[in-house]
Amino acid sequence: MVSTVTLPKNVPELKAQARELDFYYGAYKALKSISMPIYANKVTALIGPSGCGKSTFLRCFNRMHDLYPGHRYDGSIQLLPDEIDILSPEVDPIEVRMRISMVFQKPNPFPKSIYENVAYGLRVRGERRRSFLDDKVEEALRGAALWNEVKDRLDELAVNLSGGQQQRLCIARALATDPEMILFDEPTSALDPIATGSIEELVSEIKRKVTVLIVTHNMQQAARVSDFVAYMYLGDLVEFGETKEIFMKPKRKETEDYITGRFG
Amino acid sequence: MPSQHDTAAIRALIRKHKRWDLIFGLLGLLSLGVGILTLAALFIDMAISGIPRLSAEFFTSFPSRRAAQAGILSAWVGSVLVMMVTALVAVPLGIAGAIYLEEYARKHWITDLIEINITNLAGVPSIIYGLLALGLFVYTFGLGQSILTAGLTLALLILPIVITTTREALRSIPQYIREGAYACGASRWQVVSQHLVPYSMPGILTGVIIGLSRAIGETAPIITIGALTFIAFLPPAPFTGTPPAGLFDWLMSPFTVMPIQIFNWTSRPDPSFHQNAAAASFVLVFMTLSMNGLAIWLRYRLRKNIKW
Repeated sequence: MVSTVTLPKNVPELKAQARELDFYYGAYKALKSISMPIYANKVTALIGPSGCGKSTFLRCFNRMHDLYPGHRYDGSIQLLPDEIDILSPEVDPIEVRMRISMVFQKPNPFPKSIYENVAYGLRVRGERRRSFLDDKVEEALRGAALWNEVKDRLDELAVNLSGGQQQRLCIARALATDPEMILFDEPTSALDPIATGSIEELVSEIKRKVTVLIVTHNMQQAARVSDFVAYMYLGDLVEFGETKEIFMKPKRKETEDYITGRFG
Repeated sequence: MPSQHDTAAIRALIRKHKRWDLIFGLLGLLSLGVGILTLAALFIDMAISGIPRLSAEFFTSFPSRRAAQAGILSAWVGSVLVMMVTALVAVPLGIAGAIYLEEYARKHWITDLIEINITNLAGVPSIIYGLLALGLFVYTFGLGQSILTAGLTLALLILPIVITTTREALRSIPQYIREGAYACGASRWQVVSQHLVPYSMPGILTGVIIGLSRAIGETAPIITIGALTFIAFLPPAPFTGTPPAGLFDWLMSPFTVMPIQIFNWTSRPDPSFHQNAAAASFVLVFMTLSMNGLAIWLRYRLRKNIKW
């Protein structure tokens, strides 16, 4: 399928560019020739019905598929401005994950203290200076709007926090390493409406510092938080464009049917 | 089928169904009772004839031809030393093997084969391990009928238990915890050492202790490798000899262990030795039960801090 990609009039700075990306699970082709831009300091939302490949596409950006046998990438995702091809076999997935962090569908704090959860990304990089870690942990927790709730109990187990707090903790963990980009994989699907609201605010806040790519199956959420939207269906990119364009006057009939709820 | 509105008939039906609940409950209790009561009877019988024989001297005396002066010093010291060797060998090997199989090895027919093998090894009769050890450790490697040979033999015996429980523990860690760690940029070794091993520690420890408490009661393989049944001296205390070679004298020393001492005493015609055997059995059962108790306590303590 040929996708309809509408580029904005004032083209913002590019952060990444997917080019003719195919992805296979074994013999099954899960992504079909996806080409689309990811703009710096913008929120790009991936929408589409279940099984359309939006999570699969997202997980290409930090090479999460490399953990499992039987995967294959074709095509490229250029990370800018360094022009690194994220998917190239010469690029170590660990390098990619150090530059692009991720927040998962279900909050997944480690069974460690709140402090150690946030500091983990830095510890992995061999950081040992206590004062530096302290500063970074505070900065990340403030960035995730969690500092005031947990500052007096940083040594307590993270799993004792509420679901919404756990997800903000995971956002803090992702922020602590100053990534270039953060991937959100349906970050609010396990949360109640109030916690969802606070995560959405955070996402809009975070984009000042980081480029955001977010998978959501909630249309309103995509409309609220994103600057750009990509609608995917059965492994194809159907339409990409500015959020207001996509929601107000989509160019493709399929997109319109999906966002108006007639399909999916 | 009774009509929807016939209250009496519905109640009669329920009463009929519930009768089976009662019957099965009683049957279950009976079957449970057979096992528990037999064990309790054995244990109480052993305790009654053994406990009067227990005294400080019983633990500090060597075996003797006179039943009243005989003790279990060489046996319990031997058991402790053999267990040390077993633990030092089986724990690192078992944990490393399990981690390799679960986290590193690609899944294909060779790993499947290894997996089936390990499961089967857990069911191999212990005397087979004894025969293997006799051929391999005693004759081929020339390690003799020593503490080292016994420790290695029992380590082989409990290796499948340690591997299996460690793998279970690793598998019970949700995949999203691994993904979370990898997403932070961790290498495989960082994920293993900073997450998987600490989180599976309760399970691993339980497996190790259950394995050891099985090994401490094993008699057949130890007899097969030719442990002496009458030992009236102690091995050199570990790590006290002249370095470097002297440090490991104890490993090569002849020895006996608790089950062998018990076996020796029960095969004597003089009934006063049977009392010694009962007392030693009581000590052995107590050791095993305390190890299991320790496993339960450790699991409880460690699990409190690990949840997802």
